[in-house]
Amino acid sequence: MDNGMLLESRVPDGPLAEKWTRHRFEMKLVSPANKRRYHIIVVGSGLAGASVAATLAELGYAVSCFCYQDSARRAHSIAAQGGINAAKNYQNDGDSVYRLFHDTVKGGDFRSREANVYRLAEISGAIIDQCVAQGVPFAREYGGLLANRSFGGAQVSRTFYARGQTGQQLLLGACSALSRQIGRGAVKMYPRTEMLDVVLVDGAARGIVTRNLATGEVRSFAGHAVVLATGGYGNVFFLSTNAKGCNVTACHRAYKRGAGFANPCFTQIHPTCIPVAGEHQSKLTLMSESLRNDGRVWVPKKKGDRRPARDIPEDERDYYLERKYPSFGNLAPRDIASRSAKEVCDEGRGVGETGRGVYLDFEDAIERLGENVIRQRYGNLFHMYRKITAEDPYSVPMRIYPAVHYTMGGLWVDYDLMSTIPGLFVLGEANFSDHGANRLGASALMQGLADGYFIAPYTIGNYIGTAKPANVGTDHDAFARVENEVRERTRRLLSVAGKRSVDSFHKDLGEIMWEYCGMSRSENGLRKAIELIPGLREEFWKDVRVLGENEHYNICLEKAGRVADFLEFGEVMCLDALARDESCGGHFREEHQTEEGEALRNDEEFCHVAVWQHREGEPPRRHVEPLHFETVELATRSYK
Amino acid sequence: MDLTLHVWRQPAPDRPGRMVTYRAEGISPNSSFLEMLDLVNEGLIARGEEPIAFDHDCREGICGTCSLMINGVAHGPEAGTTACQLHMRSFRDGDEITVEPWRAKPFPVIRDLVVDRSAFDRIMEAGGFVSVNTGGAPDANALPIPKEAADRAMDAAACIGCGACVASCKNASAMLYVAAKVSHLALLPQGEPERGRRVAAMVRQMDIEGFGNCTNQYECEAVCPKEISVEFIAKMNREYMRAMLTGAGG
Amino acid sequence: MTLIRHLFGSSIGLKYVMAVTGLLLVVYVVGHMLGNLLIFVGRDALNAYAETLQSSTMLLWTARVVLLAVFVVHIGCGAKLAMSNRDARPIRYAHNDTVQASVASRTMIWTGLVVLVFVAYHLAHFTLHLVHYDGSFVDAQGRHDVYRMVVESFRMPLVSGLYIAAQVVLWFHLTHGIGSLFQSLGLRSSRSQRLIRNAGRAIAAAVLIGNVAMPVAALTGLLEASP
Ligand SMILES: Cc1cc2nc3c(=O)[nH]c(=O)nc-3n(C[C@H](O)[C@H](O)[C@H](O)COP(=O)(O)OP(=O)(O)OC[C@H]3O[C@@H](n4cnc5c(N)ncnc54)[C@H](O)[C@@H]3O)c2cc1C
Ligand code: HEM
Ligand code: HEM
Ligand code: SF4
Ligand code: F3S
Ligand code: FES
Repeated sequence: MDNGMLLESRVPDGPLAEKWTRHRFEMKLVSPANKRRYHIIVVGSGLAGASVAATLAELGYAVSCFCYQDSARRAHSIAAQGGINAAKNYQNDGDSVYRLFHDTVKGGDFRSREANVYRLAEISGAIIDQCVAQGVPFAREYGGLLANRSFGGAQVSRTFYARGQTGQQLLLGACSALSRQIGRGAVKMYPRTEMLDVVLVDGAARGIVTRNLATGEVRSFAGHAVVLATGGYGNVFFLSTNAKGCNVTACHRAYKRGAGFANPCFTQIHPTCIPVAGEHQSKLTLMSESLRNDGRVWVPKKKGDRRPARDIPEDERDYYLERKYPSFGNLAPRDIASRSAKEVCDEGRGVGETGRGVYLDFEDAIERLGENVIRQRYGNLFHMYRKITAEDPYSVPMRIYPAVHYTMGGLWVDYDLMSTIPGLFVLGEANFSDHGANRLGASALMQGLADGYFIAPYTIGNYIGTAKPANVGTDHDAFARVENEVRERTRRLLSVAGKRSVDSFHKDLGEIMWEYCGMSRSENGLRKAIELIPGLREEFWKDVRVLGENEHYNICLEKAGRVADFLEFGEVMCLDALARDESCGGHFREEHQTEEGEALRNDEEFCHVAVWQHREGEPPRRHVEPLHFETVELATRSYK
Repeated sequence: MDLTLHVWRQPAPDRPGRMVTYRAEGISPNSSFLEMLDLVNEGLIARGEEPIAFDHDCREGICGTCSLMINGVAHGPEAGTTACQLHMRSFRDGDEITVEPWRAKPFPVIRDLVVDRSAFDRIMEAGGFVSVNTGGAPDANALPIPKEAADRAMDAAACIGCGACVASCKNASAMLYVAAKVSHLALLPQGEPERGRRVAAMVRQMDIEGFGNCTNQYECEAVCPKEISVEFIAKMNREYMRAMLTGAGG
Repeated sequence: MTLIRHLFGSSIGLKYVMAVTGLLLVVYVVGHMLGNLLIFVGRDALNAYAETLQSSTMLLWTARVVLLAVFVVHIGCGAKLAMSNRDARPIRYAHNDTVQASVASRTMIWTGLVVLVFVAYHLAHFTLHLVHYDGSFVDAQGRHDVYRMVVESFRMPLVSGLYIAAQVVLWFHLTHGIGSLFQSLGLRSSRSQRLIRNAGRAIAAAVLIGNVAMPVAALTGLLEASP
């Protein structure tokens, strides 16, 4: 099976707008009486996981659901603030399924599959209906109808929101549906349980091996299909806006068992986060992008200018976004704004103690609009900023810096959201499907719920109806084998007995990744990273100190397993970034830019999905799935 | 800053625990409380001692995982703030800080500062939902909901399920949490049909779990990181009365 | 049956019971105080009032039974709540602190129990005539001379002291109790919250002042023992 990685996208025939309807009709059904005999394993309880587990159980399947947190409701989807898109056109501002589709393909810089994106836009409306029926308290107008706002530079108002807690409310909605099924006994929930491997029988995914984080018990689960909805891997950078527990383990283990990993280097860096304050920082906090509507971004013109912001006279300030992008100015898109900030800091003009930050200044806005207006618009954000930094943005400019936020890459899936391993479905941020090289604001929540409520429940049924997987129990040899491997890995981690803490390795890896595979990448840098990472990995296995034993709650061990996987996976990311010798979306290769420093795509050679296949003892192999743009015309983005 | 910490250490649920004293030295006032603990843990690991286990995930004050009793106050001295969003500048150099896990019978300690809050989930499973299956929902705008009702529902729905209310209540009562959950759905027309059954089932489960009873002390409200109002407890009491009198509670 | 189960078998049901019995007790205490304040009108007024109360055995005993039941239920449920609340936290905190919960709210069971002891003593005193009673209290009209009984007792500093102390404890119980019962019955909203709390405290204070006025007046000689 050396070059055997079948990348058949299985996109149905027919006109774009009819593909999904037609496909749904053509799918095999499982009779209601039989469904209960099929056991589906769902790993993850975020928007994607909770929604699919609940829906499958409603349909009659027996479902087991796993998450590493102490409760399903704490999956990282909970942290999403801004909102969720849907092509409802409630505002009558010309939105449509087609426009949402078009914006998403374009925003993704033409590196996603048209048919998938169209389906996403098509389903988006039903998501809002479903959430409202569950009791999600979306913001409303006085007339009682739903409110919308425009988000992330979109020209229509299609974003639904619940204060600044949209992700939380959507997740609580999905989790309430999940709770209902748990209460009915249709879903068995396993919190504080980490999936450590997937088990294949005759080439198909038939189960997982887990470790109970509270007791250390290693246990296998067998099922007829396995769903991974395990979120993104931004934590490979150590510092990101992700939760501390977010990891790549589930996807990476699947990758090592043969699932193709698509576009691992596509990461999104969000321009407005609170900068790192000190070396012991553990986490970065996102500040809503909306701040750029009124704040002006600047740095001092002079290198190393250490004067307080207010003492720097106007003509010694460089409003670099306004200077470089006169028409978009401070509202330049995420990737551009992020990169420009890095550039000025690299030049030594960054602000704050670490020199890694730029000002976001509201002085002019306050002068123009009055402090009250600004307070109304951003009061809660200013409050949060002050809580974290102890600085008052009403009187001194905010300091911001870009941070890793989202990973567009993920396990490769076909139109049915099935990976290259039959029976292994991948949903939500964990798959690569809909956002190409750059995700638009408020569409990750949409995608997670589309996958979970409205796509996977059908396509998994189709798989079961077609493949008719026979019963396999955990007594099958394959389970014993994988379980032993998992135990052995744990034992190895515990027995290294070195001197360095897990976190110290994670931080080192993060630094390498951020430096060479972060906001801008170059051939030399990536080659250097590809050299450094194996060295660090080796040192990890020689010198890591994992205390305690397996048989109880062990935070060292838990982290060590995750970091060990990041240490392998980071290299794949760098290989991918190196091989993609073009700039597109969030992937910026310094070699490929226009004179003005814009990303330069190479559609001739790279209009494809890069899919990495793991090979034991050899470097992974790169495959491609060509992308065809039949409906949206390939065009260059411009922000001047 | 240099601090003295008194921390509850307990190796396993069935093993005895005790308070242990540690020094936390060279702490930046800009680091968060959890980052301070991270640093103490790095020191412990370097000395070959097992680090202090504490629960956390998002570190943004929204997931509700972090759960520390800091000097006898759930989530520490800053109002409306989770432990992960609490910064060390809220303390003074030389302070002594006692850190304990949530204490309540339904929240048994798993290890050190980590407790098992699955009782909350079982309350939700008993009735904290609207019984709608996926698909078949009417158009989202088919039913207008007054903005005031939606806003009030959101006030209640903001609960992050952290359990600080239980931890701080002198009776270890879960009323604020359950009230927030019950009120959120009771305030919306979507929650209306199951209103009575829901409140009866959830309160029943709350009692089965072994939480204490509310005697209206309002300490919960003061520590709730989302500042959920005890008005929702009154609301739930009303809901329960209604269910009881109409027989909707079964 | 379901109603009983909901009332006595659930934490919220018990709260209703506490609130309703508490309310009845408050009504009784206020009424009782108003009646007793007739002492300031004069011997005749008070003694006549006392006799009217005693005139119908049926009514008297119904009221007594109801009152006793209310007391028993209030105390019983209060004790049950307090005990299960203790059970709900088997391991206490090493470091305790309180942000907002009032002392009164945290000591309801203790202030309640003190009031109970007081009531027992009070019954032994004025109703059963077991203490401080020499059997000679009959007024000019041949009625039971409640006026003299009360004033003479209250002339004794020890007795007055006990009464005053008990009233302070009751006041404390009520500063939380009255406002709290509205919350328990779900009759509170954010708009009415201040009003309810302040009204509750005002009633508690009124009861304190009214009840303390009597022993103080007797001690200071404002109320005369013999005509
Ligand atoms: C700060 C922030 C703000 C955001 N704001 C927005 C926004 O406004 N709009 C928008 O559309 N998107 C936003 N996003 C992106 C969006 O929130 C996520 O992409 C999306 O919620 C991911 O959902 P998910 O279900 O795929 O994964 P998650 O919600 O991350 O869930 C992953 C689940 O998998 C489980 N899991 C992971 N690994 C394992 C394992 N090994 N074993 C067992 N279980 C495992 C976890 O326990 C969890 O339950 C934001 C993201 C962040 C970080
Ligand atoms: C004249 C005597 C008493 C009056 C007027 C009275 C009044 C009240 C009132 C109004 C409440 C508030 C109810 C609520 O919160 O819903 C209350 C609560 C309480 N009472 Fe009393 N009470 C009296 C005697 C007692 C006694 C003798 C006890 C003895 C044990 C007691 C114990 C309690 C307790 C524990 C509570 C708190 C219960 C709760 O709030 O849920 N009370 N009382
Ligand atoms: C200073 C304050 C008080 C005075 C002067 C007072 C006076 C009296 C008197 C004179 C009687 C006897 C009436 C009679 O037998 O004719 C009585 C009975 C009683 N008092 Fe008080 N009282 C006071 C406070 C209280 C309080 C605070 C309570 C309750 C908490 C209370 C509860 C009762 C009860 C239960 C009886 C018995 C009624 C009956 O006959 O059934 N009293 N009181
Ligand atoms: S009510 Fe407040 S304190 Fe209680 S669980 Fe919810 S957020 Fe936490
Ligand atoms: S502190 Fe406890 S007593 Fe009630 S009002 Fe809050 S639950
Ligand atoms: S860690 Fe998520 S709320 Fe504190």
